[in-house]
Amino acid sequence: MARSGTTASPPASLNKISSGEAQPGLTREQRLELYYYMRLTRFLEERLVNLYRQTKVVGGLFRSLGQEADAVGSAYALDRSKGDILSPLIRNLGSMLVQGARPVEIIKQYMAKGDSPTRGRELNIHYGDLVRGFIGQISHLGDMVPVMAGVTLSFKMRKQDRVGLVYVGDGATSTGAFHEGINFAAVQRCPLVVIVENNGYAYSTPLRKQTAAQQLVDKAIGYGIAGEQADGNDVIATYEVTKRAVDRARAGGGVTLIELMTYRRKGHAEHDNQSYVPEGEIERWASENDPIDRYVKRLLAEGVSQAQLDAIETRVKQEIDAATDEAEASPMPDPTDSLVGIYADPPELSPLWFRQGIKSAVEKHERPSSWGTHDV
Amino acid sequence: MSEITYLEAIREGLFEEMERDANVFCLGEDIGAYGGAFKVTEGLMAKFGEERVIDTPISEAAIIGAAAGAAHMGMRPVAEMQFIDFISTGYDMLTNYVATARYRAMLPCPMVVRGPSGGYVRGGPFHSQNPEAAFLHTPGLKIVYPATASDAKGLLKSAIRDEDCVLYFEHKYLYRRIKEEMPAGDHLVPIGKARIAREGNDVSIITYAATVWKALEAAAQVEKEDGLSVEVLDLRSLLPMDDEAIVATVKKTNRVLIVHEDTRTGGVAGEITARINESAFEWLDAPILRVTAADVPLPYSPPLEDYVLPQTSDIVLALRKLAAY
Repeated sequence: MARSGTTASPPASLNKISSGEAQPGLTREQRLELYYYMRLTRFLEERLVNLYRQTKVVGGLFRSLGQEADAVGSAYALDRSKGDILSPLIRNLGSMLVQGARPVEIIKQYMAKGDSPTRGRELNIHYGDLVRGFIGQISHLGDMVPVMAGVTLSFKMRKQDRVGLVYVGDGATSTGAFHEGINFAAVQRCPLVVIVENNGYAYSTPLRKQTAAQQLVDKAIGYGIAGEQADGNDVIATYEVTKRAVDRARAGGGVTLIELMTYRRKGHAEHDNQSYVPEGEIERWASENDPIDRYVKRLLAEGVSQAQLDAIETRVKQEIDAATDEAEASPMPDPTDSLVGIYADPPELSPLWFRQGIKSAVEKHERPSSWGTHDV
Repeated sequence: MSEITYLEAIREGLFEEMERDANVFCLGEDIGAYGGAFKVTEGLMAKFGEERVIDTPISEAAIIGAAAGAAHMGMRPVAEMQFIDFISTGYDMLTNYVATARYRAMLPCPMVVRGPSGGYVRGGPFHSQNPEAAFLHTPGLKIVYPATASDAKGLLKSAIRDEDCVLYFEHKYLYRRIKEEMPAGDHLVPIGKARIAREGNDVSIITYAATVWKALEAAAQVEKEDGLSVEVLDLRSLLPMDDEAIVATVKKTNRVLIVHEDTRTGGVAGEITARINESAFEWLDAPILRVTAADVPLPYSPPLEDYVLPQTSDIVLALRKLAAY
C-alpha cells in the first residue's frame, strides 16, 4: 500500500508499525460484527448521498469512503460495558455506530429534523450521548482533545476503570488546542487515546503543507507519551493498535498517540470536486486498498462464507431503508424551540418583541434553487 | 465574627464549596503549591490535596477545555486564569465549545472560570483588563463581577452551584482594600440580581465592580456639595442582567449615568443604554451618559493609567451635568 513518511526511525520503544497480520483475540462473531459496522457506515453514507441529491439533506454531506476501517476498528477496541467514551471527528461515523448511534438519528440530523438528537440545532454527525459513550464534536478542529482530557481526568479523579478516545485528522495536529490538550493529558497521565487519522488531506491541503514532520506519530516523542502507527485501512490492525493503547490507558499507563494511515477518497464534503488531487490517486486507492474489499478477502480466506457476508449486507440495507422511512416521516422543528435550553436557568428565552405571537418567521420553508446545497 | 477581605472571601467561598461537594475541584497555573499569583488559593492544596487542586501547564485552552470535559461528567471545576487577561487564549474553548454545549448537544457544563481582573494597579496592557464585554455577547455564558467582599463570596458559591458556565471576574484592586464581616451560614448571592448600593432620588448611577466604590465616593461628594441625592445600582451580574432593577431605578430618578472601567466602544454601558431605551424611554428626563475608560489599551505609567480610567471626579462632573439637564 502507499504509505507516506515512513522514512524516519523513531525509538523502537515508542513506535511500532502494526501490520495486523497477527491473529487477533476476536471471535468469529466479533469479526463479522466489524464487517457489519463497516458496511453499515458505507451504506448509510451512500443513502445520505441519495438524500442529498434529492435536496433532503439541508447542509453539507461528509463522507468517510475508504476510511471506514479506521473508525470502526479503533472504536471496537473500547469497552462499552465499562463506560468508555469517544469523541469522533467528521470522518468517524463508523466509530459512533459502534458505540450505538442509530442510523435513523444520523439521517434525521442531516435532514435537520425536529426529533433529531439535537432537535435541529446541529448538523450531520455533530451530536453525542454520554450514556452510549460518545461526545459530539464541534467544527473547531482540535478542540475535542482538551475536552476529552477533562473527561478522562474525571475518570482518573474518581478512580473509574474507564478510558477515553479522541479522533483528530492530520490537519488538526497543527492547532493549538491539539497541542494544549494532549500535553495536559500527558502531564496528568489521563487514560486517553488520541487517534490521528492521517488521510492525506485537510480540505484541499496535503500533508506536506500541513507539517514538516516526517510522520505525525513522531509528535508523541515530544509529549513524552507512547506512539504507534498502523495501517488504517486494515480493520484488524486498527483494532489491535487501539486495543493496546486502551489497555495501556486502563492500566494507568497514560496517553497514547496513534497515527492511522488512510486515504480520503471523497472531497472535504460532497460539493468538493477534488481538483487538487493528482490524477489516478483516488482510483489507485479505490482499486488497491479499499478497506472493505480487503477485509472481505480476509474473512473469506478465514472460512467465512459468502452467504454470511450477503446476509449482513441484506440486514444493513433493511436497517437503512427503515431508518430512512422513519427519518423522512419526522417533522421539522417548531421554530420557537430555538429559544429553549440555552441555559438550565432560565430554561427558555422570551421571543423578541417583533416575534411576539408569531410562530414562524417565513411563510414557506423553501430553499430558492439559487442557494445551492453546498454550504459547509 | 471578624471582617475579612474581598480576597479572603473568595478563598472562603472556595473552601466551603470544596468541603461541601467532593465534585468541586480547582485547576490553574501555580494555584497549588504556590497558592496562586495573588494567593487566592493559598492553603487549598494542603487541605484538599493535589488531585483536587491541580497545577496545570500554561495552557488556558486546555484548562478551560478540560474543565468542560470534567463538567460533562458531573464534576464542578473552578478554573483560574492567572490574570483574566489570559482568558483570551481560551476564548475559542469558552465561546464555541462551552457556551454552546447545552444548546447544541444537551451537555451540561457546570463550571466556573475566575481570575483577577481590572486596573487602577499599574499593571499595564496585559495585567489590567476587563474583558467582560467580549463575553457578554455570547449566549450560553453567565457573567458575575462582585464589588463587595460578601458578594464575592456569595456569588462564587452560587457560581459553583450553577448548572451552567459562569465567568467570575474578581477585581484585583479590591482584593485587599475592602473588608467586611461575612453573613452567617451558607451565604449565597443569586446570579442575575443587582444590589442597590446607595438609595437616592435625583440621579441613578448604574455600575459594577471597582467603579461601584468610585460611584459611592462621587455620590457622597455631590450630596455634600450640591445637595444631590444619588442612587447607586451595583449590577453584580452582567449576564443575565437585572433588567427589573435597572428599570426600577430609571423610573425612580429619571436620570441615568452608566459607569464602567472597561473601554467605551461596544462596552456594557452601550447595552444597558439600549435596554433602557427599549423599555423605559419615556421615563427619562435627560440623555443617558456614560463614564468609561477611553478606547485605548490600558497604559502602565500612573499619569497615563489615571488619565484613561474613570475617576471619581469624572463621575462628579457627569452627575452635575445630568442634574442640570
